[in-house]
Amino acid sequence: MSEHKIELTVNGHRHAATVEARTGLGEFLREELGYTGTHLACEHGVCGACTVRVDGVAMRSCLMLAVQADGCEVTTVEGLAAPDGTFHRVQQALQDNFGLQCGFCTPGVAITLATVLQDNPSATTGEMEAAMSGHICRCTGYQGIRRAIRQLAGENA
Amino acid sequence: MNFHASSVGATRYVGERTPRKEDSRLLTGRGQFTDDIQLPGMMHIAYVRSPVARGRIVSINLEVAREMPGVQAIYTQADLAAIPVQMMSFFFTPIESPVSLLADGRVACVGDPVCMVIAETRAMAEDAAALVEMEIEEETPLVTIADAKTGPLVHPDKDDNIAAEMGDEDMLEEAIQPLLDKAPHVVTHTIRHQRIAQSPMECRACVASPDGSGEMTVWMGCQSPHLAARYLALVLGLPQESIRVIAKDVGGGFGLKNIPWREEVAVVVAARLFGRPLKWIEDRYEALTASSHAREQEVTLTIGLDDEGKLLAAWSDYACNNGAWPMGEDANIAVHMFMWPAHKLPAYGFVTRGWYTNTMGLGGYRGPWAMESLIRETTLDKAARKLGIDPIELRRKNLIYLPDQPVTSGMGIEVTDITPGECLEKLVANVDVAAFRKEQAEARKEGRYLGMGITTYIEPTGSAGSMQPMTGETVHVRIEPTGKVVAMLSTHSQGHGTATTMAQVIADRLGVAYEDISVFEGDSAIGAFSPGAAGSRQGVIAGGATWKATELLADKVRAVAAHLSNASVDAVTIDGGMVHVEGAPEMSRSLKELAEIAYGEPGRLPEGMATGLEAQFRYQPPPMTMTSAAHCCVVEVDAETGFVKILRWISSEDCGTVINPGVVEGQIAGGLAQAIGQVLLEEMPYDARGNPLAATFKDYLMPTIFDVPDFEYLHANTPSQTIGGMRGVGEGGAIIGPPTLVNAIADALSPFGELGGKKGEVTLPLTPSRILDVIEQRDVSGHSAHAAPVPAAAPVSAPAVPEAPVAETAAPVPAPAASASIDGDWDMTLKAPMGGQTFVAHFETQGTSLSGYLSAPEGQQDFSGGTIEGGRIKFEVKVDKPMKITLKYDIQLEGDTITGKCKMGMFGTAKVTAVRA
Ligand code: FES
Ligand code: FES
Repeated sequence: MSEHKIELTVNGHRHAATVEARTGLGEFLREELGYTGTHLACEHGVCGACTVRVDGVAMRSCLMLAVQADGCEVTTVEGLAAPDGTFHRVQQALQDNFGLQCGFCTPGVAITLATVLQDNPSATTGEMEAAMSGHICRCTGYQGIRRAIRQLAGENA
Repeated sequence: MNFHASSVGATRYVGERTPRKEDSRLLTGRGQFTDDIQLPGMMHIAYVRSPVARGRIVSINLEVAREMPGVQAIYTQADLAAIPVQMMSFFFTPIESPVSLLADGRVACVGDPVCMVIAETRAMAEDAAALVEMEIEEETPLVTIADAKTGPLVHPDKDDNIAAEMGDEDMLEEAIQPLLDKAPHVVTHTIRHQRIAQSPMECRACVASPDGSGEMTVWMGCQSPHLAARYLALVLGLPQESIRVIAKDVGGGFGLKNIPWREEVAVVVAARLFGRPLKWIEDRYEALTASSHAREQEVTLTIGLDDEGKLLAAWSDYACNNGAWPMGEDANIAVHMFMWPAHKLPAYGFVTRGWYTNTMGLGGYRGPWAMESLIRETTLDKAARKLGIDPIELRRKNLIYLPDQPVTSGMGIEVTDITPGECLEKLVANVDVAAFRKEQAEARKEGRYLGMGITTYIEPTGSAGSMQPMTGETVHVRIEPTGKVVAMLSTHSQGHGTATTMAQVIADRLGVAYEDISVFEGDSAIGAFSPGAAGSRQGVIAGGATWKATELLADKVRAVAAHLSNASVDAVTIDGGMVHVEGAPEMSRSLKELAEIAYGEPGRLPEGMATGLEAQFRYQPPPMTMTSAAHCCVVEVDAETGFVKILRWISSEDCGTVINPGVVEGQIAGGLAQAIGQVLLEEMPYDARGNPLAATFKDYLMPTIFDVPDFEYLHANTPSQTIGGMRGVGEGGAIIGPPTLVNAIADALSPFGELGGKKGEVTLPLTPSRILDVIEQRDVSGHSAHAAPVPAAAPVSAPAVPEAPVAETAAPVPAPAASASIDGDWDMTLKAPMGGQTFVAHFETQGTSLSGYLSAPEGQQDFSGGTIEGGRIKFEVKVDKPMKITLKYDIQLEGDTITGKCKMGMFGTAKVTAVRA
């Protein structure tokens, strides 16, 4: 198995590592760098739990290899809140609206919504809901996630 | 119950949408799930699983796999057998199938674990697992319930493929059929429920670390660390103090993680053998195909009604697929116990069976008995259509309302405070049914098909004291010397938010800020035994225990403050973390000040009072606390495509005191989403060779945000009789959801005909093609061609008595030796609903009269007045536990064995066998 040297920035911290070519980005972030907030729930690209932001784009870290992230800027759920701990508005909206129960799907949901809002701070509920099509949550029935989306769009939750 | 006593301050936390304590760690990626555990020297496990459904293992070749880089060991059952294991059910009764941790000479389903590879990384373990060579002499598998009835034995040492059975066949002819024959209307309905994969988002996971001499710390995705620790100690025959189970965060359980199962127990056994920490993380393919499954069942219900729509009698024939290795052999007796206690039904009888097949074993899933609501509510709607009665009216005629209570059902369930009728009235007062009917009629003219389903149900929650693992709950609350509050609980959250709700109760009852309370749970080293999340019980039982423990602590605070201020206890109140004395504002002290005195200055405390500020309470609630609800769902069915769109869903539920509406609604919503998945999307199909066909989330369709509407809630709450007045709410949505949606769809399709066609057999999920079967009145789905025959409906003929498959090696049955004496001791086994019970039966005869006793470690029951005639033995034993029932034995002596049955009141009839002791 070939090994590769990579360098990347995760949540503002620079990391250098040697990885096997086959190591997935999600696995690398979790096992090598300790960003265990990224969850792997299907490892085949359907559930969205593993979503991280790579160079500004929401990516499924189970479908991307660590080597492909060489030179990239990655944001995981650990990097969403402000350095003083203040929640990102997506995190706040999810908490305000009981948008999570077990929290296993939540990191991916939060990264996707934060990325939609980063691209378009006045994204509509329709746009944010459409982005949720790539996320499975077994616990909440999506009620709190949908209310959080409404709150983020400035509507009545 | 006065659940807002005056001793505490004005600030209310119970009933508030308080933000969850769990969220800050889970939203920032700082949760601690099992896969987040990394230990020095930890190795990784991958299982090699059987690719065939049934066969004899001829050989296993590990040579190539062992040579792979990073491989440390490969174990088969022969290795693991060094530590003997007796697998148990959730009820702590031995599993009756010959289940072992890894396959023992035979495989009985696809996914059966055969070898365990231990390697330095997960990838290395998987690489090696792929190179294990197995030769299996493949046999034709039994896949369906119909296969099980006629095919060869799944477990060759068993008498038949019946894993469990209850009920009384004779009752149909003796009691029910005569009533049905006289009934002006008889309606029969069949439902075949597909197989479900429970699919929590976090798959199963286990890390086992052997510490010190014979101790083991286990991190595990479970529903109760206490239950997991007790289970592991029991099946491994170890003292419980040697095992500690930690589960801080678990990504959903839903019944799947009720007990540690083969793979988790194997990790613990292997860690002992290997002597180093081991980690196993199930992947989604394993989770879908090999975790365990749920719900595959078929039931036919027949009801008789009078001209007004009043129920006269009912009979049902139920069967469920137990797979090869169920997590407890199950005939689902609870379906029958809870089908009718909320209805005025004069007579009900049933037969119920679980069948072994060569498929993945049956496990738990939210509301395992949910079929009672699904078959009852869909049959009632069908009857309403047949009789031309409004379905709401039909329910009003038959439901038990509050003024009718207390009343005891034919199955012996006493209800004292159920409110399905009251929930229904609140529902219809808030939903304009007449306007909907008008809209529906208009829409039909335009070729749009709207439907409304309305259902009611009741659910037993917070069960305690009648089954081994279902216990009360201990809570310890303490005010630290810092004035902050700490609580130690045996609760466990796989998303339930118990740290939040329990902190709310403490804040409310103690008069302290929610932020000042820390709740510790999720560790078998904290608190006392509790089954955690099982049977919708934590809000009820842990809530009640927390309520009372906190009030005891508040009493102590007030006693100390009264003593210090020379005031009467009644004059002391606590609010916002301050202790006030009425009429003496200068005497107000912070809890911190008071705590410093209580811990550090014993001389200032009342004579004889223990120092410190803490209280502990163990709450044993009533045996069951009932939750009731009525739901309404509105759908539109697209007659072109067969797609169903859910337009509205309203829940009117009575869940007693609501601690946190956000949490309660979250539980209902989660269950309803699973219900929608079951009715419309999810299915784990098997092919004829026993291969599970949904291997990814592209094949196994989980509900997405677009499949689930906004749910509306009408809280119709009445406090229960428990401390605090809570009622359980964890499973309800998954129970009442399916019939509500099926009824709405059936209503929409009524212009075309009955859902399930002329035969009246509804098969789930209601895929677009199955809905087109009704709309186009032809076999679009291709389902009917493949359908296996269902159990015969009662009014047509007696229920089909399954022909027990005969073991090829079975010896001819000896002729009854009536003359043999029965006197003396017998080892008797009663196949009870919660697993087999074994005890010693002692008989003494005098002529034809019989007396004796039944003796088990739990106690001895004497009986007399029995008879023995021609080897036929009849006697009765009255028992008080789990409830008052009379056990009526009717058994036959044949040489040195006894076989027969025992009628167990509400539990139906159980098989009895005995051999001479
Ligand atoms: S784990 Fe990546 S999409 Fe499911
Ligand atoms: S919160 Fe549990 S899966 Fe979404």
